[in-house]
Formats: sequence, structure tokens, C-alpha cells
Amino acid sequence: MTRTPLRPLARVLEARAKGENPDAIERENIRLRHERMRDRMRVRAESRLLMMAVMFVMLFAVVGARMGVLASTEPSEPRASAGGESIVAQRADIVDRNGRLLATNLVTNALYAQPPMMIEPARAARELAKIFPDLDEEELVEDFTGKRKFLWIKRKISPEQQQMVHDIGEPGLLFGPREMRLYPNGRLAAHVLGGAGFGREGVHSAEVIGVAGVEKAFDDYLRDPANGGAPLELSLDLTVQATARRVLEGGMKIMDAKGATAILMDARTGELVSLVSLPDFDPNDRPVPLTEGDPSDSPLFNRAVQGVYELGSTFKVFTAAQALEMGVAAPGTMVDTQGPLRWGKFRIRDFHDYGSEMSLTDVIVKSSNIGTARLAQQIGGDRQRVFLERLGLTEPTPVELVEAPGIAPLLPARWSELSTMTISYGHGLSASPLHLAAAYASVVNGGCKVAPTLVRRVPEPGCAERVISEKTSRTIRGMLREVVTRGTASFAEVEGYAVGGKTGTADKPRPRGGYYEDRVIATFAGLFPAHDPDYVLIVTLDEPTVSALGEAQRTAGWTAVPVASELIRRVAPLLDMRPEIEPGPAFGVKLTGN
Amino acid sequence: MRGLIYVLSTLAVIALAYWAYHENYQTQQALREVKSLQRQIGDARERLAVLRAEWAYLNRPERLRDLSELNFPDLQLMPLAPEHFGSVAEVAYPAPEPRFGILDPVDVAARLIEGVAE
Repeated sequence: MTRTPLRPLARVLEARAKGENPDAIERENIRLRHERMRDRMRVRAESRLLMMAVMFVMLFAVVGARMGVLASTEPSEPRASAGGESIVAQRADIVDRNGRLLATNLVTNALYAQPPMMIEPARAARELAKIFPDLDEEELVEDFTGKRKFLWIKRKISPEQQQMVHDIGEPGLLFGPREMRLYPNGRLAAHVLGGAGFGREGVHSAEVIGVAGVEKAFDDYLRDPANGGAPLELSLDLTVQATARRVLEGGMKIMDAKGATAILMDARTGELVSLVSLPDFDPNDRPVPLTEGDPSDSPLFNRAVQGVYELGSTFKVFTAAQALEMGVAAPGTMVDTQGPLRWGKFRIRDFHDYGSEMSLTDVIVKSSNIGTARLAQQIGGDRQRVFLERLGLTEPTPVELVEAPGIAPLLPARWSELSTMTISYGHGLSASPLHLAAAYASVVNGGCKVAPTLVRRVPEPGCAERVISEKTSRTIRGMLREVVTRGTASFAEVEGYAVGGKTGTADKPRPRGGYYEDRVIATFAGLFPAHDPDYVLIVTLDEPTVSALGEAQRTAGWTAVPVASELIRRVAPLLDMRPEIEPGPAFGVKLTGN
Repeated sequence: MRGLIYVLSTLAVIALAYWAYHENYQTQQALREVKSLQRQIGDARERLAVLRAEWAYLNRPERLRDLSELNFPDLQLMPLAPEHFGSVAEVAYPAPEPRFGILDPVDVAARLIEGVAE
């Protein structure tokens, strides 16, 4: 770079000759130089700014273009990272506590027709009617030759049927893949599983949605892709369920009952190991609900959960437990049982006359209505109500069935003293057998409240909510054992399993008020082994009759109890329980009065 | 010097471009393989689900019970009952080896008599 001198000699000399100040030349030159420098700097700065602007524009253009691309393209899974978890059925399986399948999916096809594409509609209709006998040929011809552009013919078809339809060779008959819910065990656990049907349907797929039972209650869980297809593990035991159903079905036939239910519950956790309600149905082919008449006549009716009955004398245990807990009575306290007990125009009678008084233990063992009613009078209605509330007998059960939340026990409109007395022996308050199972489990397991559940859960140590004390629970267990050894449930004795329990026979109420003379609900609420209960069993028979001792017997002791005893005999070994010798006579109730 | 740098950087660009294309094609090939494998996995899972369903169907308690009843003469299977539990003490162990060759009292007596005779 050539530098121009600030004081060019020629000009300085010339200025001196003219007598001017040569410094002005220097200042002038400095000014010019600064101006040039400024201009250069400005150009440089401008070009830098321009560069920056171009860079920013390009960057934003890239970002914008990327956003546009992302917004306009179809989303796709990152393929390289998928390990196969994305390939799962759209609805998770349901398994029992040992992992045996209760419900799964099967890929089948749906058959549909597009009449405009058909070549020989009449022949297609004829052949289809041959393959599917339930289809009507004339209707099909009408559909195929009419104005319709599309129609479903069959929702689910088997591979054999699909092959046969293929063999017709009609291009207008098409298949859409379908995932179908399959219950391999058929009727077993039908009421628990409920069933599934199709929701929204398209040609390429259809939604499978639960329509009842666990399938509906856990619909969101089963369809949640976040679970990665992990099966829903129920607390049911398939083998126990099959045995219980078999025994109960046999018992129902022998006892000539209209319906029956058996509930086997883990006394500590409230897990339902088996829940049978008869008559039942095949969830693969769910019958249509009744539109008129008594819903309980439908096989869809789950007697264990939906059936609210007056459960009779089984409730006496709660009265006794409360009396013991409150200190109103001890096991040996003599209770007035002189009958009949009059209350206004109402009379409370016993099945037999038990004399003027008997101990509290005997009131339970012999099942005296008068005795329990007298105790209830001492307890009082409010306290009774609070106690039954704590046992969960006044509100719907929290079991995971979609039917359960709507089934609340029927309570008296006004909890009068008479209601208190009748409720003490199980009349005037209707509850479902499942309510009874949960309440029994709470009373006999040491006094911890139990919530019935159908999902396998890990037992929690300790006691979340105490209903009665450990000591009262032990006394009640002793009483229930005595009911079996020397009381109304003597047929329940199964050697080696120390069964305890309480019978209950309640007359069925007429729809128009009053009670039937010859129709009863016979219930046995039991536990085994009585000294350390693992399981609670409820067996309820609807309108049983059996002829014994030359007459028709309807009481639970003759009907529900033998069924329950056979059930325990068959089921207990399956639950890994060895028959064992009961602890000695030191166990049980000390008959000391005070 | 400058020329050498130009040549080298051009060569580097060519080499890198070749490498990038190569990687790209390899990735695409791998993705195709993954896709086909996933389709195979999907098919296998579907088959597995069918087999599991079939297994559960064939092993349903009702059928097994009917089968065991049909084949009772051969299998003699009974429903499990409390009586069927045994204890370890009931298992027959082989009898202990006799310590002496003589077991029954007659022999013992004979030996004793022999002993006395001697």
C-alpha cells in the first residue's frame, strides 16, 4: 500500500513561498486520510452485516424448511431402534394367577361384499348360503343385486370357511383382517371375564372392546399400548375355578336349585381365587340380555356380585362380633332366648324352641334369632349401622367388575329398632354374596378390613384398617368352628381342614311384599382352617330343595352346607393345603362367664 | 505448496463423499433387513399367539377332565382329594443291609448252640 505523505515537500515549499501555514496542508491531508479510512471501514462493516444477514436467512430457511417437511410428511416410527415391542396385539391377554390363559386374541377374517365388483351374484349367494347355513340365500341375492355398494356378511370366519369362500372364486367377496377375542376355557369364569365385541369397524381392522366384567372394567388398561402387551394377571386360579364350577353345578342339580354361586376368597388379601355363578354362559358367544322380565333369570346375571339377597343367619356373626367387641357380652354370657319375641305386632321366632336362655356361643351355634335380636337391642341401631358400614356392607364392593359399582346393598329406609333387630339375624338388609365374603374375611382374619379384588396383588404386611380386635376375631373363629362341630353346619366337617362357618336360610321376598313359604336362599359362609383361616368360602343356593329324613329340606344345613363341604374337600388340596391335625382343645372359646 | 493443499483437499472431499454414500447405502440395506426381520417377528408372534390359544384350548380343564374320564381304565386318574397327600415317612426306602448274615431267630439260636457246643 502506497502511503501518501502528510506533508508533501512540494506543496509545503509552495505554501511557504506564498506565506501560508504549511500545517493546514498536513491537517487537510489527515482529514482526507481519515475520510478514506472511514469509508473503507464502512464498506467492510456493511459487507459483514450483509454476510450475517445472509447466514441468518439461510439458518432460518433451513429450520423453516425442516419444519415444513416434518409437518407435511407421514409420521413413522424410528425403524432402526424398534426391537419388536411395537408388534403386539391391540388388546392384552388375560391370565390367571399361574399364568394360564383366560382370554387371548386370534387373527381371523371378516367377510364383506362389494356387489358392483360381482360377476355372478346369484351363484355367490347360493354358495355362501351353503357355507354359512344361517345366511338366507334370497336376502343375499337381494343385497347383491340391489343398490348397495358394500355390505358385511360375517364378522368372524374360520380359516376353513375362508378357504371355502375363496373357492367360490367371486371377486366381489373380500376379506378384512380381524382380531377376535377368544376365551379358550369357554364357560369357566364367564361372569368374571364378561366378554368383548367390536367397536368401530373398518375394512382393515376393527376395535375390540370389552362389554362386561373384567374386560370392560380394564378396557383402557388392556388397550393401552404403553403396557407393551403385558397380560392382565387376575387372582383367579383356573384349576380351582374349574373344580368349584364342577362341584357347584353338581350340587345345584342335586339340590334342585334355580341358581348357585360360590366365592372363594383369600382371607388376608381379599383376592378372589374363584368366583362362580350358575347358570352361566359362553363369553365367546355372549347371549343377548333380557329386555323384559327378571334380569336374574338371564345367565348373564352374576349372582355373586349383582344378586342382592337377605342372607339370613350368616349376619348373626357380625352381631356377635360387635357384642364381643363392645363388651356387651362374652362368649359365656347367658342371653335371653325365650320366644316368641314380640315387637309391636311383629314376632320373632326361632327355628326350634331353645328354652329360656343360652350362652352367646350357643346363640351362634344353634342360630337363635331371638338371642341375636336381644343382643342387637343392647347394641343399638346407630352403632350397628356404623359397624356394618365399617365392614363394607352398606356400599358397593370395590371389586374390579364393571357391574359392581352399581350394586349397593338394600338398606331399610329408616333404621328403626325393629330393623336393628331383624338385621341382626340377616333380614331387612340385602347384600350380595361378595359383600358377605369380604365382611367374613375381615372378621375372621384377625380383624383387618379386606377389600375384594380380582387382580393378583402382593399381600401388604400389617393392618390398614382394623374392624375388630385380634382377640374378638379369635373368639369368633372358635364359635364358627363350633357351629360345624356341634351346630347347624355339621355336614361341613372336612377332616384335616378344620372348617368353620355359619349357615343362613332366608325366605325369598315376594315381588309384591311378604315372603314365600317354600322358597329360600340358603347360604353357607365358611372359612378354613378355622384356627388360622387362609380362605373364606361363600356358597349360596337359590331355591334349593332336597328330600331327606322323609321330607323336603330347604335349610342351608341340608343344602348349601354339603355342597360347601364337598367344595372344600376338592378345592383345598388344589390350593396346596395338606390336611393337618387341628390344634388341641386349648384353642377356642373359654366358656367362662363374668 | 498451495497446489498441493488444493489437490489434497479435493482428494479428501472425494474420499469423504465416497464414505458417506457407502454408509448411506449400508444403512438403507440394514433398514430393509430390519423391516423384513420385523415382519418375520410379527408373523412369528401371530403364529405364537395362535399356538398359545390352541394350547390353552386343548388344555382347558373341561376337556382334560373328559379325557381322563374316557381313559380311566388306562390312567386311573382321580380328582385330587385330601387322602392323596402322603408323608415322606411313607416312602419305602430300601431295607438296610444286614450287618450279620443271620437274621431269623432260628439261625441265631443255632449259632448260639454251636457256640455252646464248642
